[in-house]
Amino acid sequence: MTVKIVIGLDGTDTGERALKFAKDLASKISECELIAVYVIEWSPFTFQTAEENEKRHKRREEEIALATARIVEPAVASLEADGFKCSGLVRHGDVAETLNRLAGELGGSQIIVGRASSDGFAKRIFGSSTQNLVMHADVPVTVVG
Amino acid sequence: MKHTLKLAGLTGIASSVATSSLAQEAMTLDQKVNEVFAASTGWFVNFIFMSFPGTNFPWIVMWLVVAATVFTLYFGFVQFRFFKHAIQLVKGDYSDPNDAGEVSHFQALATALSGTVGLGNIAGVAVAVGIGGPGATFWMILAGLLGMASKFTECTLGVKYRNEYEDGTVSGGPMYYISKGFNELGLPGGKILAVLFSVFCILGALGGGNMFQANQAHAQISGIVGDYPGWITGIIFAGVVFAVIVGGIKSIANVTEKVVPFMGILYVGAAAIILIVNYDMIGWAFGQIFAGAFTGLGVAGGMVGALIQGFKRAAFSNEAGVGSAAIAHSAVKTKEPITEGFVSLLEPLIDTVVICTMTALVIVISQQLIIDPDTGNYMLNEAGNAIATVDGNSGVSLTSAAFASGISWFPYVLAIAVVLFAFSTMISWSYYGLKAWTYLFGEGQTSELVFKVIFCVFIVIGAAASLGPVIDFSDAAIFAMAVVNIFCLYFLMKLVRAELASYAARLDSGEIKKFTH
Repeated sequence: MTVKIVIGLDGTDTGERALKFAKDLASKISECELIAVYVIEWSPFTFQTAEENEKRHKRREEEIALATARIVEPAVASLEADGFKCSGLVRHGDVAETLNRLAGELGGSQIIVGRASSDGFAKRIFGSSTQNLVMHADVPVTVVG
Repeated sequence: MKHTLKLAGLTGIASSVATSSLAQEAMTLDQKVNEVFAASTGWFVNFIFMSFPGTNFPWIVMWLVVAATVFTLYFGFVQFRFFKHAIQLVKGDYSDPNDAGEVSHFQALATALSGTVGLGNIAGVAVAVGIGGPGATFWMILAGLLGMASKFTECTLGVKYRNEYEDGTVSGGPMYYISKGFNELGLPGGKILAVLFSVFCILGALGGGNMFQANQAHAQISGIVGDYPGWITGIIFAGVVFAVIVGGIKSIANVTEKVVPFMGILYVGAAAIILIVNYDMIGWAFGQIFAGAFTGLGVAGGMVGALIQGFKRAAFSNEAGVGSAAIAHSAVKTKEPITEGFVSLLEPLIDTVVICTMTALVIVISQQLIIDPDTGNYMLNEAGNAIATVDGNSGVSLTSAAFASGISWFPYVLAIAVVLFAFSTMISWSYYGLKAWTYLFGEGQTSELVFKVIFCVFIVIGAAASLGPVIDFSDAAIFAMAVVNIFCLYFLMKLVRAELASYAARLDSGEIKKFTH
């Protein structure tokens, strides 16, 4: 049976370390598929101007294209170069919620993420996406430091 | 003005003298603007507010209420049957997670609300209660509840017949559904009616969406810092709006959009606190509202006066039937146009039934309106056209005084809220007006710039003119939109009924499912 592992990328060094850890882990499993995911932080409950709404669909496409080109494609290329079976995804939403949902939908048996990349005041108030994921995930989560 | 400055420089008169003569000239400038404005718009206002022969009941008020009643009955009280479903839609229960990142129901509703929640809820209600007495509130609530069906109709059509361009941007609104819908039904005249609507929409944007806002914002600021010429406020406002809509300084608009909802919550919260503190008077206030609704309690025009004011202010505040909301709601991401119709029916509820009623209750409870101790009726002012108030306040200053009687420092918060509400309404309406303008004159930088400059000029005029002519013209322009829009909705409503029947059947059969539980 193929083991599917979801990797949460965040475009920073910690995301890179999560990717490296996933490679190490996958190399020890005979049949393994890696899914590299980048979630664009987005909430349906924000306040926007009518003009922003008018152009939202276009912006969304642009955001997805940018994240795919800058973050997901390089990650997938690096996984492929090392001979792993892999795919890449870009989604909008709450980072923790979306990673967990995707893991469920795609049959991922675990999620690998980097430790919190945000620091300071905001994290103290709201907690980080990593914290939220660890607390609410339905599958095992590995946090890479 | 140049002349004054030159003279001051030549003769070496102290600068204080120059300032005072500046102020004098400014006063006359204000008066001149006012005079020219009233003279040039009078005929239009008279036509819109013409009464039925032999009565003092304006036909336009009847037009709106009859329409809202017809839509309510035609769609089988959709505002009550689908109320719960509307809430579920806004919560995102039926939103496909794969559409994340697109405009949500909540966002479309919030955007439309920021265009309607504003001075209508603060100053408009004070005007209604000040002229029509507490009884106007009853009719306002009724108009709000009925108006939910009008909003449902127009917003469903707004999404159904919007234009979706290749680059992914969308444009919608009455001008699009009128022309496309009439075409689909094989009816003639769709294009002409769409053009007519667009013309009125531009006037409405310049009137209620602009001059009324600038005017009342000035009234509020000068009420706190002391009287000064209106054109000064106008120029400052125009400058900031210009920076946003022409200069593309999005950060100002973004900040406003984020601050305004909190101002709304703060306003409702403050009203709630005043009501809680005076909880023993709420029963009495509702008693005044009900008694006044049917007897008028001695106000000018009696019961009919209360009814007219209530209906007028409700329509002006929630814009149901006017068509403006259809422009704002049409950007939502949904496969089912009718879902946005359901969501939009919450708008008159929040705007009129909740927020306007709270303002009215605070004004009644604060006892700013003077009651004749002998008769128990309200006393009229010297001119005999409104109820006498404790300090002779009217409009936004009446609301301010009412809040001040409960929370002494609240007028300062209210002043900030009014300025921000006015600003956000102006930004929203500049967009509505622009959509109508580009429908008429085509899209393009020069065409858009011309409208935006005109829009900013009207801010200055609005701030400088006195309340009477401005409020009349604003009402007239907005209601003129409703004349065309509602006329067309009568023809198009069967398209909405087909959508409603199909959607309700699929919802019942379980074909339309929740994504979250």
